[in-house]
Amino acid sequence: MADKTIDRIARATPPGVAKRVRGLSDRTIAWLFVGPSIFLLLAINIFPLIWTIRLSFTNFRVNRVNAPIKSIGLRNYERILSDPDIWQTMQATAHFLFWTILLQVLIGFTLAYLINKKFKGNDLWTTIIVLPMMLSPAVVGNFWTFLYQPQIGLFNYVVGFFSGIDPSSFSMIGSINLAPWAIVIVDTWMWTPFVMLICLAGLRSIPDSIYEAAEIDRASKWRQFWTLTVPMVLPFLMLAVLFRGIENFKMFDLVVQLTGGGPGSLTTLTSIDLKREAFEKWRTGYASAYAVILFVTVFGMASIYVKALNKVKDR
Amino acid sequence: MRISKFLISTAVFAMSVVGATSALAEDLTVCWASWDPANALVEMSKDFEIKSGNTMHFEFVPWPNFADRMLNELNSGGHLCDLMIGDSQWIGGAAENGQYVKLNDFFKANSISMDDFLPATVTGYAEWPKNTPNYWALPAYADVVGWTYRKDWFNRPELQKQFKAKYGYDLDVPASLEQLKDIAQFFQGREIDGKKVYGAAIYTERGSEGITMGITNALYNYGFKYENPNKPYDIEGYVNSPGAVKALEYYKALYESGTPPGSSDWYMSENIDAYKSGQVAMQMNFAFIWPGVNADPNVGGDRTGYFANPAGPAGQFAQLGGQGISVVANTAHMDAALEYIKWFAKPETQARWTEMGGASAMRSIVEAPDFPSKKPYNKAFLKSMSIVKDFWAEPSYASLLLAMQARVHNYVIAGQGTAKEALDGLVKDWTEIFEDEGKL
Amino acid sequence: MSGYSITEPSKRQKWVAGLLVTTYALVTMLPLLWVIATGFKSPADSIAYPPKVVFQPSLEGYVNLFTTQTRISPDMEATIAPPQTWYEQIVRDKGMVIAGASRYGQRFLNSVIIGFGSTFFSVFLGTLAAYAFSRFKVPIKDDLLFFILSTRMMPPVAVAIPIYLMYRQLGLSDTHLGMILLYTAVNLSLSVWLLKGFIDEIPLEYEEAALIDGYTRFQAFYKVVLPQAATGIASTAIFCLIFAWNEYAFAVLLTSGTAQTAPPFIPTIIGVGGQDWPAVAAGATIFLLPVMIFTIMLRKHLLRGITFGAVRK
Repeated sequence: MADKTIDRIARATPPGVAKRVRGLSDRTIAWLFVGPSIFLLLAINIFPLIWTIRLSFTNFRVNRVNAPIKSIGLRNYERILSDPDIWQTMQATAHFLFWTILLQVLIGFTLAYLINKKFKGNDLWTTIIVLPMMLSPAVVGNFWTFLYQPQIGLFNYVVGFFSGIDPSSFSMIGSINLAPWAIVIVDTWMWTPFVMLICLAGLRSIPDSIYEAAEIDRASKWRQFWTLTVPMVLPFLMLAVLFRGIENFKMFDLVVQLTGGGPGSLTTLTSIDLKREAFEKWRTGYASAYAVILFVTVFGMASIYVKALNKVKDR
Repeated sequence: MRISKFLISTAVFAMSVVGATSALAEDLTVCWASWDPANALVEMSKDFEIKSGNTMHFEFVPWPNFADRMLNELNSGGHLCDLMIGDSQWIGGAAENGQYVKLNDFFKANSISMDDFLPATVTGYAEWPKNTPNYWALPAYADVVGWTYRKDWFNRPELQKQFKAKYGYDLDVPASLEQLKDIAQFFQGREIDGKKVYGAAIYTERGSEGITMGITNALYNYGFKYENPNKPYDIEGYVNSPGAVKALEYYKALYESGTPPGSSDWYMSENIDAYKSGQVAMQMNFAFIWPGVNADPNVGGDRTGYFANPAGPAGQFAQLGGQGISVVANTAHMDAALEYIKWFAKPETQARWTEMGGASAMRSIVEAPDFPSKKPYNKAFLKSMSIVKDFWAEPSYASLLLAMQARVHNYVIAGQGTAKEALDGLVKDWTEIFEDEGKL
Repeated sequence: MSGYSITEPSKRQKWVAGLLVTTYALVTMLPLLWVIATGFKSPADSIAYPPKVVFQPSLEGYVNLFTTQTRISPDMEATIAPPQTWYEQIVRDKGMVIAGASRYGQRFLNSVIIGFGSTFFSVFLGTLAAYAFSRFKVPIKDDLLFFILSTRMMPPVAVAIPIYLMYRQLGLSDTHLGMILLYTAVNLSLSVWLLKGFIDEIPLEYEEAALIDGYTRFQAFYKVVLPQAATGIASTAIFCLIFAWNEYAFAVLLTSGTAQTAPPFIPTIIGVGGQDWPAVAAGATIFLLPVMIFTIMLRKHLLRGITFGAVRK
């Protein structure tokens, strides 16, 4: 397959030029240029994936060097899929995904819409808003635990200040009802700008002439918004949702530092659970099966989603 | 194109650093948790550096990440640590997987005798299999869970009167866990010196080992056993005995009615914070923090008292903490590492260790007649060390611990299900682990 | 904009929008400002209730961040020399002495080495591959975008399992080289994609002219395309650097000391007797500031970077 590609590459140079080009042939250059990258991706992405799949059918444990490795067929998969605790983490993950994406889309789109009003200084404020997105999630998560402290934390104090609730009477990370929301809030704070930026690009891609035509047709502002703005921005918005969905399905660093998966297992997302199985309980085979299941899930969902996205784009 | 030149020079620099990983000979690295005693060890080791000519390095990891990081290091075959001051429960795995060096011959050759150390610490920190003379560590730091309490508050006449009226006995060091709960509830939400205070800070941490290290102090005393004494790994009816169920219910009641709000994920450092900032009347914690509490400007000196974990209906026990020092099997500096252990085992080193804030397990030191009176907390320490029990030290200890962390936290903190269901679930998890291990 | 246009928002609309966005920006900045402020508080002020907005600045957090300290008894204190410097004084006031440097500096240096090392390689390899993809016809459409995305879909924790085993075999666990290789591979998809977008925008005519003038293909790439793509290469490099800088999952699972970077380390900065928030905040501040500055520098290409070049302004 690669061979064919290279052939095509070699034929791509303008024919008049090809004869006169000295030095390395295009074909050699293409090989030289693409080879190392392909090799590295194979070594560090594809090969480990194959290894994971192979391990998932064994009882192998990293920390037991002397134990015999047995092939146990689909037992790991059976165990995972019949374990009620895993479904609980899946539920926690789904809750986290749904609410973060919903809030980020709503707030992000609203912000983009407002920034697109081109008020004075909008560039400056946009830059300030995007800052959280670029920071290290682990460091941010760690610091938010401090903001969430019930007695001394800024978050509780601010909430108390505006609502009159006693700041020490609730604990965002500690209480059963609030912890799932604590991680949603931080993720939303961090990643709303991401959705905002993409929406902004979408809004700016709409030519003014369309609105002018709509004005001439006497369409109300409300109608213009729903029949012009939203459909034009939708593909952008869907792309943003795809990125956020994949990122949050993998979510690990931020939540580990924030709640460590507690209280109980309420905020144990799949990645955190997987990390416990693989690097704390050292059940390598079992964890590999778990990883394969996660990968298939995210890959399957993303494939379906991308098909839908392309449909929207082609409209 | 200045950027790329800069990048190239950086990369060259990076590669040269990578190339320079072969350290000079006789550079020893000790791995331990980062806490007060570790700094004392650094200070003390300067003596070893002078005597041996070796250079000491230290890698200290905070408690919540300690097991995670260090077991990862051992399992990945890393070369970070030459000496590991590892937790007592790691012994089984590290011994069976050949990660620690067996020290019997070395002890014999250098006439280091395990009889010179407290029996509980030898069993807990050095032996595998347990109760056999196979040694994989030298007892390094003797530690145990105990309690600190605000003596100054307990001594207030008006509080004493109120307490007596309410509970019918004197406000003093609790004689039982039930009394401890009464006292915690008595202080809960009370105004003291114009500040709202709470009963007790207890271990509730989810991520590493916190809530297990806390709740075992109730479990042991209510009749929980790890296994059938006559039949190893037979746990049904021992782990989930009626007493054990009561202990879980007790701990949950204590958590809900006698601890500060938001204390759902607390371990050593959070408990210290709460106690030193005057939020709580009592604090569960390992004894290592006692010197720090004693020296604290706000709660130190006469304001604090110390007591061993109170008894329950089934006896008086306390959760063992502490570590032994082991030589990591793939060290490149075996001789120097053994030399360090030899130096550490010397009575004068151990005496200095105690002086500087370490906690020696050497009998000649802790059984000395003047030891109990030397420090205000030594009595409580000795009492606690005589009633210790420890968690599993099986090779699969991490899986056993994580199962317990999840089951207990889900019930006590997240309020899911009943205590009986939590322990039945734990029996199921543990049985599965032992089956996987081929022990059942 | 001069003259009246239908789509131009009214003054009032602009004013309201400006007010709302500014409010949001200020709220969103609060946590970051709080981090920076906490770094300059004394430990006592950092846990004061109600939270202190006005406080006596102190450098204790920064001192604690860079040193390890030992408690000394008063009679021992009498035997040692008085503090020589302001930072020794700060420590001595707490009844402690500085025992040595903390690990923070070393961890920070690891972040720099691994960050720059991996950035160099992923940009270097990425530039070559992107050029080939851009200039020689390769069937790239959504399929390839999706494939590139798919290498990033795997949760890092899942990828880490076999990498851990592989590195254990090769002796790469907890080494700078191992982390550089890994981050290079992870960043490669990003750098190929971004750079392909940048190189696509360079008109073909330049190269063709160069080829006709007798340049070899390689010379044309080196002397014509590279200078044109300099801005793109620089911003791609910064994106790769930020990713490597921020990465936590691989770092926490595959390093334990020698090659550990700052993100796994900062949350473990713990004071003597309780969490030392000013020190944590100081560590976070030093670590986050470069990224903030880069973000401001990168304003124009931000969107490209975060969407793998899928969306360009």
